[in-house]
Amino acid sequence: MSILARLALAASIATALSTPLLAAEMTVGFSQIGSESGWRAAETSVTKQQAEERGIDLKFADAQQKQENQIKAIRGFIAQGVDAILVAPVVATGWDDVLTEAKEADIPVVLLDRGVDASEDLYLASVASDQVKEGRVAGQWLVDTVGDKECKVVELQGTVGSTPAINRKKGFEEAIAGHANITIARSQTGDFTRSKGKEVMEGFIKAENGGKDICAMYAHNDDMAVGAIQAMKDAGLKPGSDIYVVSIDAVPDIFAAMVAGEANATVELTPNMAGPAFDVLAAYLKDGTKPEKFIITESKLYTPADNPQGEYDTRKGLGY
Amino acid sequence: MRRHPLMRILNAQTVALAGVLLLNWFLFPGFFDIAWQDGRFFGSLIDVLNRGAPVAILAVGMTVVIATKGVDLSVGAVMAVAGAVAATMVVDGYSAFTAIVVALAVGTLCGVWNGLLVALLDIQPIIATLVLMVAGRGLAQLITEGSIVTFSDPHLIFMGTGSFLGFPMAAVIALVLMIAVTLAVRRTAIGLFIEAVGINRSAATFAGIRSRMLLISVYALSGFCAAVAGIIVAADIRGADANNSGLWLELDAILAVVIGGTSLLGGRFSIPMAVIGAIIIQAMNTGILVSGFPPEFNLIVKAGVIILILVLQSPIAQQLLIFSRRNAGKRSTP
Repeated sequence: MSILARLALAASIATALSTPLLAAEMTVGFSQIGSESGWRAAETSVTKQQAEERGIDLKFADAQQKQENQIKAIRGFIAQGVDAILVAPVVATGWDDVLTEAKEADIPVVLLDRGVDASEDLYLASVASDQVKEGRVAGQWLVDTVGDKECKVVELQGTVGSTPAINRKKGFEEAIAGHANITIARSQTGDFTRSKGKEVMEGFIKAENGGKDICAMYAHNDDMAVGAIQAMKDAGLKPGSDIYVVSIDAVPDIFAAMVAGEANATVELTPNMAGPAFDVLAAYLKDGTKPEKFIITESKLYTPADNPQGEYDTRKGLGY
Repeated sequence: MRRHPLMRILNAQTVALAGVLLLNWFLFPGFFDIAWQDGRFFGSLIDVLNRGAPVAILAVGMTVVIATKGVDLSVGAVMAVAGAVAATMVVDGYSAFTAIVVALAVGTLCGVWNGLLVALLDIQPIIATLVLMVAGRGLAQLITEGSIVTFSDPHLIFMGTGSFLGFPMAAVIALVLMIAVTLAVRRTAIGLFIEAVGINRSAATFAGIRSRMLLISVYALSGFCAAVAGIIVAADIRGADANNSGLWLELDAILAVVIGGTSLLGGRFSIPMAVIGAIIIQAMNTGILVSGFPPEFNLIVKAGVIILILVLQSPIAQQLLIFSRRNAGKRSTP
């Protein structure tokens, strides 16, 4: 190999190395709630992926569902002098002190997925989904699908009193409000779990003439929908055609159900909250661009037309 | 005086069950309808048996533990562990039989651990089993790596959704377990030993009962029952949900035992009545689902009915009942 070629190779390696090296100057601390659900696990792995893609040095702290652990982690990040902090707050209250400490240390904080009850100037921005919109997108899909046909809907609510359950119910009701042919015949809580979703659906099927009167099932999350699909099959009904199945979250198993023709639509709650957060942080750290305070992620609708097999394959590896 | 056989069946629990079922029928006229479909019975009553089975199975083990003046708070977590073990094993290619045997063994081992803490270290049962209640769920999450492990092994799924002579498999397993354990404790002296230890452990030990061995076996039985319930629940949804499987079911099981008339202070116990207690709880749950109440009422309705049942069972209410009967008897005699 000639000297020139060697030099060219060395130069190319140097440039290849220098790009991530430059970006790696940004160090971000991420205080995650824990791993309470599959979605949370996916959020963690997507955040790590996004950081790697951007060459960000991510310091990850798992709080195991405890606020005091999160506060400790954030104080640790401040002491280490990170460039920015991401927090998925486990509860809404009690953040003022630690956020003030971060502000005094001049470290921008971005909230992921959930909000806090603290003064807005204590954090740079918050990235979250609009749960009312999620419900609205699901409702709109049903309105567009059934047209003028009479349609009795059964609803599987999330945990009674939880914010996603209240908002997803509200959004769905808003979407079907102007359509007298679509009515919610029954609504019960399935606690966001598969087994309760199955049990509640069994009850609905008995109560609605063996399920023959039910036109659609709306579940506040995919897990309950997966349980309800099994209940329909056990009762000799065909989910997806006898009863429309629409739910929210877009976890891998609902795409598997779509592949089997047993689910009709799901609205994505994206686990990629960190991507937009990293974008605003990069812009802010570069030239101090103040981002929008409340960044809303897209609530994308997926139907069997959106390559469910492909979606299943890409999502399966995210730890859902 | 020996009571008439019919009178022996007619106790607070069966009356409460009949009451709850009648109330359900009143709220939903189709409640007692049973159809034959795809080689199995189909109807709300069958749902009650099927859905009530996991708590009924827990209640079998819990009754015996409570009769020794103990309590087992870990059953919900042990369910999650057993479900997680069975699911991950079939996913890893083991046969359903091996997976079930190992899951049952792990559940029993969890029970033995509780028993060792209670019997050898003399830790109060509520604290000893609280350890596993917290740790067990973490263990289950560790096994499933925090996600729902789904499987499609037909033999394992059969445990949760299959049917035997038209009845749901879960209910059949619960019935068999109930009869087996009842016979084991009532046809031998074991039941007497359990009551003796429950009433006064030192007295029982001095009388020659090996109370340590007995306590360990009783907690092992509870762990075994929890494992059975855990396998059924996982098989039912074709997946092990470590976060939610068996969550708070320990409380339902204790409630079932109490409704069944077993004293939390140890001693007197009845396994079949505890199973009826579990069915009463499930009849309420199913009734709420078919009645169309908004979900905000679920817990209030449940609590109201439970208070009513417990008041009817309380010694004062029983005395009042006997007193009024006696009075009525006096008046009728000239």
